[in-house]
Amino acid sequence: MGATLKAVTTTEGVAPFAFSEHALAECHAIMARYPEGRTKSALIPILHIAQAGNDGWLSVPAMDAVAAVLGIQPIEVYEVASFYSMFNLRPVGRHVLEICRTTPCMLRGGDALIAHAEKKLGIHVGETTRDGLFTLKAVECLGSCGTAPMLQCGATYHEDLTPEAFDALIERLRATTVRSNYTDR
Amino acid sequence: MGRKLLLEHENVPGIQGLEVYRAKGGYRSVEKALRTMSPEAVVEEVKKSGLRGRGGAGFPTGMKWSFLAKPPGVPRYLVVNADESEPGTFKDRYLMERIPHLLIEGMITSSFALGANLAFIYIRGEYFYVSRILERAIAEARAAGWLGRNILGTGYDLEIHVHVGAGAYICGEETALLESLEGKRGNPRIKPPFPAVKGLYECPTVVNNVETIAAVVPIVNDGGEEYAKIGVGRSTGTKLISAGGNIRRPGVYEIELGVSCDEFINSDQWCGGVDGRAFKAVVPGGSSVPIVPYELFLKTAAGEDRLMTYESLSDGGFATGTMLGSGGFYAYNDAQCIVRSTWNHTRFYHHESCGQCSPCREGTGWMEKVLHRIEHGEGRMEDIDLLWDIQRRIEGNTICPLGDAAAWPVASAIRHFRDEFEFHVRHPQKVKDPRHFEKEPFVRKPKPATV
Repeated sequence: MGATLKAVTTTEGVAPFAFSEHALAECHAIMARYPEGRTKSALIPILHIAQAGNDGWLSVPAMDAVAAVLGIQPIEVYEVASFYSMFNLRPVGRHVLEICRTTPCMLRGGDALIAHAEKKLGIHVGETTRDGLFTLKAVECLGSCGTAPMLQCGATYHEDLTPEAFDALIERLRATTVRSNYTDR
Repeated sequence: MGRKLLLEHENVPGIQGLEVYRAKGGYRSVEKALRTMSPEAVVEEVKKSGLRGRGGAGFPTGMKWSFLAKPPGVPRYLVVNADESEPGTFKDRYLMERIPHLLIEGMITSSFALGANLAFIYIRGEYFYVSRILERAIAEARAAGWLGRNILGTGYDLEIHVHVGAGAYICGEETALLESLEGKRGNPRIKPPFPAVKGLYECPTVVNNVETIAAVVPIVNDGGEEYAKIGVGRSTGTKLISAGGNIRRPGVYEIELGVSCDEFINSDQWCGGVDGRAFKAVVPGGSSVPIVPYELFLKTAAGEDRLMTYESLSDGGFATGTMLGSGGFYAYNDAQCIVRSTWNHTRFYHHESCGQCSPCREGTGWMEKVLHRIEHGEGRMEDIDLLWDIQRRIEGNTICPLGDAAAWPVASAIRHFRDEFEFHVRHPQKVKDPRHFEKEPFVRKPKPATV
């Protein structure tokens, strides 16, 4: 997978991680879905929970905590976390804006939206704003081709985006203090 | 030609909930199958229906089910493929979001037919919010006794769980999906053994697309023969098409297989024609299927009207045809650049290659590089043949079909639009503007009818 974000492979200077009681209960509920001896299946769902509980990214301590919950080797967690594009292996902004860049979106102005976003936020794709509020990513097809151009932020799809609608979204997100996570309900 | 079997109630208020879904006839197929039919009889109806896998491959579903191994004492699994990662495809998302109980109902009836007591929906991580909708529907169904122990007092037990992925196109390939569901990287497995023999946790497993499983509901309700009356030849029933690109009315449409391509793309019932310019090309079944010029989408090389069926769209093979694929349909107007689009497609496949097989891992990267330089006015004439050579060496030489899927868009773009590639090499200054065909569309030289 073409990783735009390089992994942090050290624990030095990285905050320690522990699951909250609530998150731990959720992990155990997920593990119970799978047959006996097959709880490693819960790895990806639990990585999502860990990421949401670690400011939106998977540090080495966070991944090690996942390994401990599942009773597997840390390397089994690292190799999975580094394969999937939704896992951030470096710190990200409070709101990660993932604009679809794949062909069907491109046909409806996806490229122009990315260019507009770069200009509006003053950063390039793959970067985070200085205030730590926004990370901009260009991602592959999100299954929203009929409502393109679009972006995903946390659990929410923002579709049929115009430059004005994008700017309004940025203002709304600036006003919230809550991080956008995939696991948001 | 407007019968809807899956989306009939798409606009009924409250259809997301069990109460309204049930009032509209929901869960009848479960009652019928569990109370009045044997599992074998359900499989027989699916065989009679002629239903083919709706994820893209089009393999007969009844046949796939009949391959399921049944060693005594070994659990069997149904896994629904809701990864929906083929660019252009958003039909399953629509179906799950609008009518989640239709998928749950189809899963109960199908699991009963297959003898599975545990079933999973593997849904792409980006659809996290859809997974919540499905979880709510499962909880409702469970509370009402449609799931759990001793369903309808028949002694049949079933649990369904939603499993979210985390962003990887390759996990739409069924063996990569199973690896991912087991908590591993999504590296496709070497086949055989097929999942029907050794699938999830090395147990016999059927993996089916969301739409395929949903179609089992009308098939069991009305009988396989009734379903097979819809459509043309071996393309039976209805198909969800997610339409996008430069059309006036993008959206998800349920069509009876056999609608003419002209009607589908131009009638106001569906795509509604082009968005103010002229059509140039069509990708009818997701980014992996060959791109064809608009004229070849409307009519076969022999001059016959093309139909929205598996057979008609592939008429002429790869020389002049394409594929129905997943139903991820997108059309290009004449402001679009085929080289740019091909570069974009190839970047996608390079990004999504799992890296196991060198022809795919390396070849997609080389193609991306070469296409990037042609599109940016730095290409050489021999690059076009180089591209042809690379794609030819990927196709058929990889464990899974991602290699083929990466090769076909490049091959078809060169086959049908070679003059556009040559234009890029001849006019490097003109193509440096990314919107180079917007003001001055590229005019294709008329081609002889046979290629």
